[in-house]
Parts: sequence; structure tokens; C-alpha cells
Amino acid sequence: MLEVQDVHTHYGHIEALKGVTLEVRRGEIVTIIGANGAGKTTLLMTICGDPRASAGRIRLDGEDITHLPTWEIVRRGVAHAPEGRRIFPRMTVLENLKMGATVNGEQWFEEDVEQVFALFPRLKERLHQRGGTLSGGEQQMLAIGRALMARPRLLLLDEPSLGLAPNLVQQIFRAIVEINRSRGLTILLVEQNAFQALRIAHRGYVLATGEVVLQGTGRELLANPEVRAAYLEGGH
Amino acid sequence: MLYFLQQLINGLTLGMMYGLIAIGYSMVYGIIGMINFAHGEIYMIGAFISIIAFLLLGVLGVTWIPLALLLVLLIAMAFTAAYGWTVERLAYRPLRGSFRLAPLISAIGMSIFLQNYVQLLQGANVKAVPPIITGGWILAEQDGFAVRISNVQIMIILLTLVLMAIFSWIIANTPLGRAQRACEQDLKMAALCGVNVDRTISLTFVMGAALAAVAGLMATLYYGVVDFFIGFLAGIKAFTAAVLGGIGSIPGAMLGGLLLGLVEAFWSGYFTTEYKDVAAFSILVIVLIFLPTGLLGKPEIEKV
Repeated sequence: MLEVQDVHTHYGHIEALKGVTLEVRRGEIVTIIGANGAGKTTLLMTICGDPRASAGRIRLDGEDITHLPTWEIVRRGVAHAPEGRRIFPRMTVLENLKMGATVNGEQWFEEDVEQVFALFPRLKERLHQRGGTLSGGEQQMLAIGRALMARPRLLLLDEPSLGLAPNLVQQIFRAIVEINRSRGLTILLVEQNAFQALRIAHRGYVLATGEVVLQGTGRELLANPEVRAAYLEGGH
Repeated sequence: MLYFLQQLINGLTLGMMYGLIAIGYSMVYGIIGMINFAHGEIYMIGAFISIIAFLLLGVLGVTWIPLALLLVLLIAMAFTAAYGWTVERLAYRPLRGSFRLAPLISAIGMSIFLQNYVQLLQGANVKAVPPIITGGWILAEQDGFAVRISNVQIMIILLTLVLMAIFSWIIANTPLGRAQRACEQDLKMAALCGVNVDRTISLTFVMGAALAAVAGLMATLYYGVVDFFIGFLAGIKAFTAAVLGGIGSIPGAMLGGLLLGLVEAFWSGYFTTEYKDVAAFSILVIVLIFLPTGLLGKPEIEKV
């Protein structure tokens, strides 16, 4: 579904991605793990066209989306719950969800909103509250819910567990698995919480200083001594 | 007391016009963080298009005043909006993503260009328009002093209120308004939601220019004289109003406009007309020093 081929991304003179190649197949949860500054967030944003890849190809279902503007990429079925959640702070929860549905307009709004509430009942209680006043966990639920409102083919998630209490982390990860299983939605998940991410992922890539250094199934990577040493023990 | 009432009416009228122009500054600043210094010229162009439209309608024989006014209003809004769109397209969009000062410099250039363009096309002399809406009402009278409100003033106040209601409704309830607010709060995230950011910015310029055109039409009717240089002062005054209300805030722009109009009217009424601009710009200085976010503005920091 998504093919990233030898993608380079620059911030000014700094090369944040140094030729990343990866693939996400339909129905998979693929995770990208790696330390701070490895380029994980940059990779997701580059897939969305902001910043633009300075070299390489990004294909979505065979179509080259490397040079499309961000909103065109989103219209082709890529939804992103980005780093820092980026909830619209002075819009209500409902309006944030409406923004998520921008690409579809009103046509499936009622139905999709109910599905989001089924996944995150808390959002229903907060429906008319401003986004900026939500707790971190609620904001994360809203960020994922907002992305789902676009009815994406591919869902990008950037560190959904960051800064959340352990029970909320569990809830978010359960929701991710649920979205993947029940709807067959393809998910590309960036995480620092490598243990949790690899447990739910079909496959994973390890990113270090802008390059893919390891790849394999979730189980393989969990068992890999290098991965264990660098990302699982020690830190978590 | 009656004198106060008279200045209040004059100040409100003036404030409504400032407010309409100020909205254009505020919306554009809210979304792309630049001061569109060519906006005053857009207002001036609105005034000129109004005059031309009146003349054309006169030639065509449309002499029933309400119909003529409505047509002029629509024509002025449409053509001025086209100017606003073109300015953004030519002078600002190519500079998006460039350093922060670039569009500002481009805006000043655009402002000078538009002034000279109108001067060359229309001549430098002042254009006088015969009064189109005449008459008025005496609200109160005492000791030979009468409080008057002219029909033009009534028209200005009512039309502004109607436009503000429509405009606020668009911002609050339509997908376009929602997209504009989203762009204002987080441009990148708006794009990630599938909002065509360039189109939204263009439409923001179009809306701001249309409102400025209405102010231009009002100025034509109210003062009866127009020249190529009126945009400069009106533009800076409206900018002051936007800053006073809190730049980026639309209700703030309207409130700032009203306050500035009232200050000018009362200053002229009780002190001296010559120094009314000094009073207006002193407000700009005072607000920038003591209340940089304005009355209804929000502080810059809003990160989670």
C-alpha cells in the first residue's frame, strides 16, 4: 500500500533522513522504533509532504505522491495523528472531529462520529469542550478520532503513548489494535515505547540517525538482542 | 449632553468604517502572520470602483437609489475582492516559506504600486461625488443645538451590523469558516486535515477585500470626496484599530475600530480637530507598550 523508496529529507543543511526504504502492506500494523532524533517523526511528516522529500519516491497504492501538496496526499487517504497531537485548541471536540472529516464533508459524519465515540466514550462526554482544555489522554484520543474521521486507507500515528499514564497507554494501544482488526485499517505507528509497539505490530523497522538499521516481524525484533539492549531494557 | 450624543453618533459611524477595514488586517494576520500593508489601498480601490459603478449606473439609467446602492455595493465588493485575490497571488504567495520580513516588504511595495496605479489611471486630483443619500433626522434639540443623524450615517451603521452578522455566521458555522479558524490555530495541522491551505488563504484575502470595499463605498457616500491617497491614512488607522482590539481577533477588530472612531470623534469634538490623528496614533503607541496583545487578543504561547 505504501512504498517509501530511498527517501532523503533535509532541514536546511541537516540531513534528517538518509535514504529510508520501507513498505507497509494492506491491513498491517507496521511500527517504526528508534531513539530521539532518529528521524521517525520526520519520516511520517515526509510521507505527508511536509517537509518534502529531497530525493527518493513515496508511492501510495502505486501512485507517486512524493510531490503532491499535503492536502492532496490527505485526500488520497492518508490521515495523520501527529507528534504533539496538535488539537485545534480553540475549537470544540465536535469541531475538531469535523475538521478531521474535511475530506468527506458531511456525508458520513454522523455514522463516523458514533464509531469514534464507541472507541473513545470519553470524547462524547467532552463534545462541546474546547480542545485546549482536554487532558493529555483525551487529546490523544481526539487526535486519533480526528484522523479516523477522514476514513483513511492508511493511518499514521506519531507517539500516541507519549506522556500518558500507564493505564491510558494500555487503552490507546488496545484502540489501535481494535481499529486494525475490526476495520482492517492499515497503520504505520511511530513509537518510543518499543516494547508495546512491537507487541502489537506485524512488522517493524528500527531507525537510527536517519537510516533503517534493522527490520523484521514484531516478534523477531522483540527477540533481537541488539533491539533488546538498545530499546527495551534500560529505558523501559 | 446633546453635544456628547452628537459626537457619539459621529464616532460610531467612523468606527464602523474603521472596523470593516480592520477585519481584513486581523484575519490575514491571524492566518499567515503578516501585516498586509496594501490593505488600505484595497479600501481606496473600493472607493474608486464605487464611484465608477455609480457613474456607469447613471449612464445606464438606473436612478432608483436603493437599487443603485445595492448594485454598487455588489460591484464594488466583487471587483475589489478580485484585487485582493490578485495581490495575494502575485505579491505574497510566491514568498510563502521565505523569511518573515519578505512578505511585509512586498506588501509595502504593493501599497506604493497600487497608489501610483490609481493615480496614473484616475489622475491625482480629488474626485468629488454629489451627495447620493440625502436627508437626515433631528433626534433632539435644545437651546438651538440639534443632534442630527443623517441617512448616510444610519445606512453605514445598519449595513455594518448586517455584514458583521453575516460574516460572523460564516466564520462560526460554515466549512470555510471552520477551515479559516483551523488555519489560524495551526496551519500545518489544517493541511494534515485535508484543508487546501492556499485556497483558504486566498479566500481570506477575498473576504477582507470585500469588507474593505464596503468601507470604501461608505467613505464615498459619507465624505463625498475620494483621491488616490485616502488608503494610506485609513489603512494605518484601521491597523491601529486591529492592534487595539487584539490583532488576529475578528471581534477585536470591530471593537478596536469602534473605540478608535469614538476617540477620534470625541477628541475632535472636545479638543481640536487638527490633532485627531495624533490622538489616534497615541493609542497605537500606548497599546503596544502596555497591552501588546490588545483588548481581545490572545497571548502567543499556546502549545501543549
